[in-house]
Amino acid sequence: MSARKIHLTVNGEAVEAEVQARVNLADFLRQAIGLTGTHVGCEHGVCGACTIIVDGRPARACLMLAVQADGAKVETVESLGTPESLSELQQAFRDRHALQCGFCTPGMLMTIEALLRVEASPTREQIRDVLSGNLCRCTGYQAIVDAALDAAKARRGTR
Amino acid sequence: MSTRYFGAAVPRLEDPRLLTGRGTYVDDVVLPGMLHAVFLRSSVAHGRVRNLDPSAALSMPGVRAVYAMADFAGFGSGPMPAMAPHPLLKSPVTCSPLAVDEVRYVGEAIAMVLADSRAEAEDALAAIELDIEHLPVVANARQGVADGAPRAHSGRESNVIATLRGSHGNVDAVFAAAAHRFSETFEIHRGGCHAMECRGVVAAPEPRSGELSLWTSSQSPYMVRRHLATYLGRDEVDIRVTAPDVGGGFGPKANVYPEEFAVALAALACGRPVKWIEDRQEHFLATTQQRDQFWSLEVACDATGRMLGVRGHCIHDNGAYAPYGLILPATALASFPGPYALAAFDLSIDVVLTNLVPTSPVRGAGRPNAAFVLERLADTVARRLNLPREEVRRRSFVRAEQMPYVTGGKMRDGSPVAYDSGDYAKALSLVLDKIDASGFARRRADAAARGRLLGLGFASCVEDTGLGPFEGASVRVTPAGKVVVATGAASQGQGHATTLAQIAADALGVDLSQVTIKPADSRIFPLGISTIASRVAVTAGSSVEIAARKVRDKAIKVAAHMLEAGEHDLEIENGQVRVVGVPDMNVPLSTIARVLSGSAGVPIPAGVEPDLAATGYFEANQLAFAYGSQACEVEIDPETGDTRITRYVVAHDCGRLINPLIVDGQIRGGVVHGIGNALFEHMRHDEAGQPLTATYADYLLPGAAEMPDIEIHHIETPSPRNPIGAKGAGEGGTIPAAACVISAIQDALGPEAPFVTMHPLSPEQIVEWIDKTRK
Repeated sequence: MSARKIHLTVNGEAVEAEVQARVNLADFLRQAIGLTGTHVGCEHGVCGACTIIVDGRPARACLMLAVQADGAKVETVESLGTPESLSELQQAFRDRHALQCGFCTPGMLMTIEALLRVEASPTREQIRDVLSGNLCRCTGYQAIVDAALDAAKARRGTR
Repeated sequence: MSTRYFGAAVPRLEDPRLLTGRGTYVDDVVLPGMLHAVFLRSSVAHGRVRNLDPSAALSMPGVRAVYAMADFAGFGSGPMPAMAPHPLLKSPVTCSPLAVDEVRYVGEAIAMVLADSRAEAEDALAAIELDIEHLPVVANARQGVADGAPRAHSGRESNVIATLRGSHGNVDAVFAAAAHRFSETFEIHRGGCHAMECRGVVAAPEPRSGELSLWTSSQSPYMVRRHLATYLGRDEVDIRVTAPDVGGGFGPKANVYPEEFAVALAALACGRPVKWIEDRQEHFLATTQQRDQFWSLEVACDATGRMLGVRGHCIHDNGAYAPYGLILPATALASFPGPYALAAFDLSIDVVLTNLVPTSPVRGAGRPNAAFVLERLADTVARRLNLPREEVRRRSFVRAEQMPYVTGGKMRDGSPVAYDSGDYAKALSLVLDKIDASGFARRRADAAARGRLLGLGFASCVEDTGLGPFEGASVRVTPAGKVVVATGAASQGQGHATTLAQIAADALGVDLSQVTIKPADSRIFPLGISTIASRVAVTAGSSVEIAARKVRDKAIKVAAHMLEAGEHDLEIENGQVRVVGVPDMNVPLSTIARVLSGSAGVPIPAGVEPDLAATGYFEANQLAFAYGSQACEVEIDPETGDTRITRYVVAHDCGRLINPLIVDGQIRGGVVHGIGNALFEHMRHDEAGQPLTATYADYLLPGAAEMPDIEIHHIETPSPRNPIGAKGAGEGGTIPAAACVISAIQDALGPEAPFVTMHPLSPEQIVEWIDKTRK
């Protein structure tokens, strides 16, 4: 099995690793560097649980090989806030009860995080459209849309 | 006692962890020396294993073992235990952890590969030589009951494993005397659970102690422990089962699965920790689903449209095995007569084996099926008699003044059903008012002007919640003043770490942040049943209340001794027991806990047991009946059949709300699950029993873009049957939702369209009906 050396930035830290060509980026993040916040729900790019941000854009970590991330800037849910200091978006999720089991949540957060960076004032419809690539079985989505709107508002107020 | 938290929409205590990627789901459990397991699964729906040759696989890189059932002979053998024995099932209809000879559905596990990595295990899977003789297939339940049908299990005399019957009153007399009788047939298809986290299990033998530890993505970790202990011939004290963070359950994770046993057996056989994580395709093939029912029903009503009786028969597709006994069809049957006061009913269900994935309850557990047929029958009466749909219901409902109302039906355990409380007509009136039903005609005309068909639908249900026998909880105050609540109830996202903490915090007068919940770890709490049937708020919630009150009483008794005050002069507030009106005279709970923790040679106050702790078991001997009504509007594009739900309103009564934020989340998620059943989710198989929809490209789940905002109105009728007045809230959103959506589609299609008797409905089907109606 062919291994390659890759260099990438993960959550602001330089990472150098030897990785087999067939390892996908989600498995690499979870198993090689222990960032288990990125979840694997379907492994065929539909559920969106593994969504991360690669070079500023949301990406499915299950549909990308780790070797394809060579030279990339990768951001995962662990880059947002901490339990003691949640980001505005995470706080809005908590306030709105936008998560239940929490399994799809990291992907939801990263999808919305990427949206809010390019669209400071999204509409409800825009948010629902963007979230069409992230499945949630618990919430029915409404609270997630509410949380995204709240976070956008909070960010406009503080930035 | 203060109620600062009970009833308050407090944000969840579990959230900060889960929001920052710090949850621990079973795939996050990593142990030294752990091997990765994958399963070789049957690719045919019915066959006999003629030969299995693992030699090529065994020589592949990283492969440590290939196991078939015979390799586990030293540890355990035979079929899986029956989780819910039923007198009609003479012997358990369960499979072996790994198939021994005959395989009976596509996806049944036959062998497993253990390797250093999952990728290497999957590589080796392809190298196992497997020879299977094909046997005739029962690919659906109606085929299964036909004359001369093949047998889903070779050697069984019939595919019908049981016929369940539920009846009340003199149905023949009621039908004979009724002004009208109408009959309909219904085809209901419900799909899978599709928790976003698939199943998974890690098993680790402890070589020194001989203990076996399991982490499993389960709703029933204590059932896993009990049945595994029996299977392995061990005492359950030597098996530790923990449910870590679980990424959704929705019913199917309540089963004890062959993979859980196989992974445990493999770990014992190889002496190393073994992990198996189900992938999504396996989830389609091997996680239980809830599948087809075919109903032939007749309804009798009087001249005013009041429903008097229902009779008929159902063919129920059980799938290849009955891991959960007959619970699913029995629950469907026990859901009659729903919210309607019927003078008589007589229903039977043939439970039919097919060569398809086994079935078990999925959110609602057969209740949505019963609600669907009952609500469609109410609509039939309205349509045939040209009455408003709501009038048929208002005339037929159990009335508030009839509570408690004995329906004549029986629960799954044979006890009589008695609804405890509620006002069903009020719930329906509320949703019709909130959705502005009186203004609907104008909205429909506006939509017609835009070339769209608008429809208004509604549906109601009653739900038995708080299933017995019990859940338990222990409440302990530590010498640091923290409150630790341990319970056997596992959580899959329901927010128990918050709701149970709210109850304990109120009873002990402490801040919510001081309470920690330790759920579902058999080493911490001895007993648990299952997180199923909308039962944990009622059962575990009441147990926490009971235990926390005992702790409170104990703290007051000790404080009275320490403060030299009478117990009746004391109150508990801010983590202290203090003299009413003299707040300076107080003793912190932490001090009491320290005293009761004991010091060598120092006696503790007389008449008090050590430890500021207590255990409570609320025995739920009577069910608490939640109920509700839902109304929605759909807008259909007649050219494409595209159906948009434009409004959705819920009225729901689940007794006293512990946390409205969490209850609303349960309801919204539940409704969306029901909308999925009505419009999207269809697990299809071909005539050979091959699954046709085993990816999320083929099997559609409801997505954010298609789902409406859902407006919720609570009615709070406290249940008289438990100390906290709660009723379950987990499934009430789902139960009437499909019926509600289908009713709205029917309304949009108009009176000339065929009467809709099935779901899910595809856009193609809707267009076909529209075209037929227009011709």
